Amino acid sequence: MSTEDRIEKQILLRAPRARVWQALADAEQFGKWFGVKLAGPFAPGARLRGKVTHPGYEHVNFEITIERMEPERLLSWRWHPNAIDPKIDYSAEPTTLVVFELADAPEGTLLTLVESGFEGIPPSRREAFGANERGWAIQMKAIEKYVSETA
Amino acid sequence: MSARLLKPRRTAPIFAALGDETRLRIVARLSAAGPMSIAHLTRDASVTRQAVTKHLHVLAHAGLARSTRLGRESVWELQPEPLDAARHYLDDISAQWDAALDRLKIFVER
Repeated sequence: MSTEDRIEKQILLRAPRARVWQALADAEQFGKWFGVKLAGPFAPGARLRGKVTHPGYEHVNFEITIERMEPERLLSWRWHPNAIDPKIDYSAEPTTLVVFELADAPEGTLLTLVESGFEGIPPSRREAFGANERGWAIQMKAIEKYVSETA
Repeated sequence: MSARLLKPRRTAPIFAALGDETRLRIVARLSAAGPMSIAHLTRDASVTRQAVTKHLHVLAHAGLARSTRLGRESVWELQPEPLDAARHYLDDISAQWDAALDRLKIFVER
């Protein structure tokens, strides 16, 4: 599989695994840092729908389908990456898989994120992405600011 | 940036075209050594001339390579723009994850 198919990230979080798990797997807590309002709860097979909460972007839908949950170790879900146009029905398109893995680290929790399956995303969606990316970048910055101010 | 804005290409074929070991090797060689003929490309490849030709046409179809006639031979060269577009797509999603994980860090560490 080509490296163009996946994104991988690692981050050291200075918090216990139980705390990180809550932030990932509790719908309300997840929504706070991710910037969405979700109707929970997280459970394997559950489809969670919601809206982006950032002012000016409340029209953007958010939907994930939970795959696996191994408490304090692994959480995975599928979604349509950057499915940000409410006028488009993305449901028939292939999804990407997002996997969070938690491991003990000397000072807290090592979190590994892998999103894979980009090879399956249709060409038209990638083109649309180009047009929308600037808006997203601005939104992400704004959310980051918002969260750090209310922290 | 300009490559993506000027040429909103079909990028799924790009990812598909790159998802093959032989084609990745061809791309790497053309990238390192510049334009070359099929004969030249076949010489130190472990695959037949027909196979190399077929792979080059897959790359061409995805907009990654093109051939020009030089005498009796076709010379193949890379077209870097689609590669840039594909990379930008993942770079941008990657940047969004960086921002999201930073927010998670603030959230769990406070």
